[in-house]
Amino acid sequence: MRLELKGVTKRFPGVLANDRVDLTVEEGEIHALLGENGAGKTTLMNVLYGLYHADEGEILIDGTPVRFNGPGDAIAAGLGMVHQHFMLIPVFTVTENIMLGVEATGLAGLLKRDEAARHVVEISRQYGLEVPPGALVEELPVGVQQRVEIVKALYREAEVLILDEPTAVLTPQETEELFEVLRSLKAAGKSVVFITHKLKEVLAVADRISVLHRGRLVGTTTPDAASEEDLATMMVGRPVVLEVEKAAAKPGAVVLEVRDLLVRDERRQVAVNGISFDVRAGEIVCVAGVQGNGQTELVEALTGLRHVESGTISIWGINRTNATPRDVLRVDVGHIPEDRQRNGLILDFSIADNLVLNEYDRAPFARSIVRQSRAVDDAARDRIKRFDIRTTSIDAPASTLSGGNQQKVIVAREFSRQIRLLIASQPTRGLDVGSIEYIHSRIVEARDQNAAVFVISSELDEVFSLADRIVVMYRGSIVETLPAAEASRERVGLLMAGSAVEESARA
Amino acid sequence: MPEPPPDPAPQDPAAGRPVVEAEPDDLTPAERGAHEEGAAPTAGAIVTGGAADWRQALLVPALAFVAALAVGAIVIAFTNTEVLREWASFFRDPVGALRASWQIVRDAYVALFQGSFGNVTAISETLVATTPLIFAGLAVALGFRAGLFNIGAEGQITMGALLGSLVGFSYPGLPDPLHVVLIMAGAFIGGAAWGFIPGILKARTGAHEVITTIMLNFVASSFALWALTTELYRRPGREDPISVPVSAAFPHLFGSGQRVTIGLLVALGAAAAVAWLVNRTTVGFEFKAVGANPFAARAAGMSPARTIVFVMSLAGGLAGLAGADLLLGIQPSMTPGFSSGLGFDAIALALLGRARPAGVVLAALLFGALRSGARAMQAAAGTPVDIVVVIQALVIAFVAAPALVRAIFRIRARRVAGPEAFTKGWGG
Repeated sequence: MRLELKGVTKRFPGVLANDRVDLTVEEGEIHALLGENGAGKTTLMNVLYGLYHADEGEILIDGTPVRFNGPGDAIAAGLGMVHQHFMLIPVFTVTENIMLGVEATGLAGLLKRDEAARHVVEISRQYGLEVPPGALVEELPVGVQQRVEIVKALYREAEVLILDEPTAVLTPQETEELFEVLRSLKAAGKSVVFITHKLKEVLAVADRISVLHRGRLVGTTTPDAASEEDLATMMVGRPVVLEVEKAAAKPGAVVLEVRDLLVRDERRQVAVNGISFDVRAGEIVCVAGVQGNGQTELVEALTGLRHVESGTISIWGINRTNATPRDVLRVDVGHIPEDRQRNGLILDFSIADNLVLNEYDRAPFARSIVRQSRAVDDAARDRIKRFDIRTTSIDAPASTLSGGNQQKVIVAREFSRQIRLLIASQPTRGLDVGSIEYIHSRIVEARDQNAAVFVISSELDEVFSLADRIVVMYRGSIVETLPAAEASRERVGLLMAGSAVEESARA
Repeated sequence: MPEPPPDPAPQDPAAGRPVVEAEPDDLTPAERGAHEEGAAPTAGAIVTGGAADWRQALLVPALAFVAALAVGAIVIAFTNTEVLREWASFFRDPVGALRASWQIVRDAYVALFQGSFGNVTAISETLVATTPLIFAGLAVALGFRAGLFNIGAEGQITMGALLGSLVGFSYPGLPDPLHVVLIMAGAFIGGAAWGFIPGILKARTGAHEVITTIMLNFVASSFALWALTTELYRRPGREDPISVPVSAAFPHLFGSGQRVTIGLLVALGAAAAVAWLVNRTTVGFEFKAVGANPFAARAAGMSPARTIVFVMSLAGGLAGLAGADLLLGIQPSMTPGFSSGLGFDAIALALLGRARPAGVVLAALLFGALRSGARAMQAAAGTPVDIVVVIQALVIAFVAAPALVRAIFRIRARRVAGPEAFTKGWGG
């Protein structure tokens, strides 16, 4: 099936979200749609999927114009969408989720579960999409849930699959598995539209790449014809530095000293298993590791948000084990939390209030218990300007900002205080190239001003871009610590996947 | 462990975002502005404070009241036997049926208005009824601001009144001003203690305040029933559970001819103090932060547990002051059912007033007027007092469904930031 968009324009009040976009998806190709957050990718796909009506332009399938009045029409025409946030019912089984809405029923309206399950297994085999038909969705890892979504689309006989930011929630291994699936879909003659802002992935898997910038199609190219730098330039509209330039580190005194730290997670399982490390002033130590290997709990323990079972945490030589979050903040520790919307911001609050969220009770923002709103507003205006936060008003709620600008609010807040230790957890997750460049350069700047920097990241690109020393975590333990200059991507990737542990177990 | 997916698009803070959205979800206001020269900035519409915001905040409750009066009119007409008789002969005399309906509705509403604002005494009585409603409404509204659903005002009023009346009749010799202050302090402490319990339970164990405060209401009313039969409380020479009257009272505002007391000023002062605390102080900032996102509040160095205990205690104290006002201004003796559902009206008031102190004062005035006008309505038009309860309920129903009110009056929906947040109270 050949899918064409011709001159698609979509306006929202005061906004041109898509401006005369032409896009052709050939049968059996993986077509990447690349663009920054807010470039109009999702709007375009929602037009295609029948969720929005285009104000101008048309959609053609195999040369015939079609008009979708809703996702139902789009599905009937052979389109399938895998949303970024999965549309699955957690307490239903895989099969039940897949058959939902297109249930085959027998006598007296009874569901033909077995038949559906057989069909699911068939599809799984055909495309290498392993899913357990009888398992409850809530018990499956994210990567498998995504596969269920894909099988769901195929069950509805989709010929064109639209995947909205599919890798945002996946580990590197899961991403690689997804790419295998996409290739087998392609081999079977299906088309895939792959929406993303990650350059490496695009080059790895796409046949053709279309780049959107501010609602307009900048161009269509192929992986052979374009480099990462070219794509980034097209996407952002200006040349971008993909890897920050930084001088060699000049490590000073030990700032953060962790000894035999043991931390448990909510289920009382050991999450951080007796680890020890130091971070010195003027160096960036990166913890590399696949999500869920204890990094989250480690950072929470360091910042006073989680109880430490045993071991010690010292900052500037003073014991801060099980200190309160406020105690940690007050010794000039900056914290960029992993989940910015949960721990970093109060989305209902104004941007100005969020910019002073952890200094709200200190001079000049408060005098005894009275808040000084003029000082808050002045600081907000200054920080918005200095950190290039794109907003029309300091009084707008933080929820109106894009992800990148939300992260900049947190960065602005932490970097406007005196910072002697910075703990940054997944500082650029979900952000586009422009924002990543900016936040990385600020982190390096903090190091050059002699702060100790501790970064947690599951993105190898980020680890290699920032780190002076790399600490690899696997299942709550540090498997190896190595200077960044001596580390190779392959070695770190293998260590993250736990290969060192398995080797020694075999030996 | 599956991590929540990073979300590059701005998210609806309250509910998590539906997939189908009326707005482009991947554009920021700044980027929207950048698309078209001279386009109106979208975020500019969401301004905190300012005259436009005020009108917006008043619009829905005011229209809800109009809609409630309209539906109330139908109820009034069709519960009147005379009017029903006219309707029975509708096909012979349609004009007569309509005229009779119009007459009774007009009489009832005119009497309602006359009875609440028609003369000085009516206004005074309205204000008398308004005063305790302000205190109780503030108690619930304060909780809302911190994301807490305080259903326990009824019990807090009862416990406040119990302690207040104990102070009130135990020291009959004290000079009046001092005694009044002591009674208020006692009532505040009694209510605060009753708010502290659900607060500490929530902070320590996570027990939901809706459940615990409802249960504590029952405990408080049963406790009061028992206490009033004890030697300590029971009025000598009486067999029924009624307490010794307090030996102090609020001074009257406009001479002894009108019942309105200085308690009204205290209530307005309390409203102003709550507004100041919530909007201007770091303490209020902590309340709102903990209510909106306890995780981020904690990461920013605040203590959600301490804040919850403090807010619940303060809310309980405010409810206790409603009890003090009843004792010092309306009925000096405690009886079972002393607070007569005040604590439940308070929930409606806080909703109607959108959890803002000024809103609560206006809502209390409305409810006070309905309460005091109801008797005049029954006397003049024969409409039962209970119709007022129907109107109150309808106002709340319409306020709780702003979309309905907007649809009825064809107002374009506008996103209102901030005060909406309290509807999250159930999240735990």
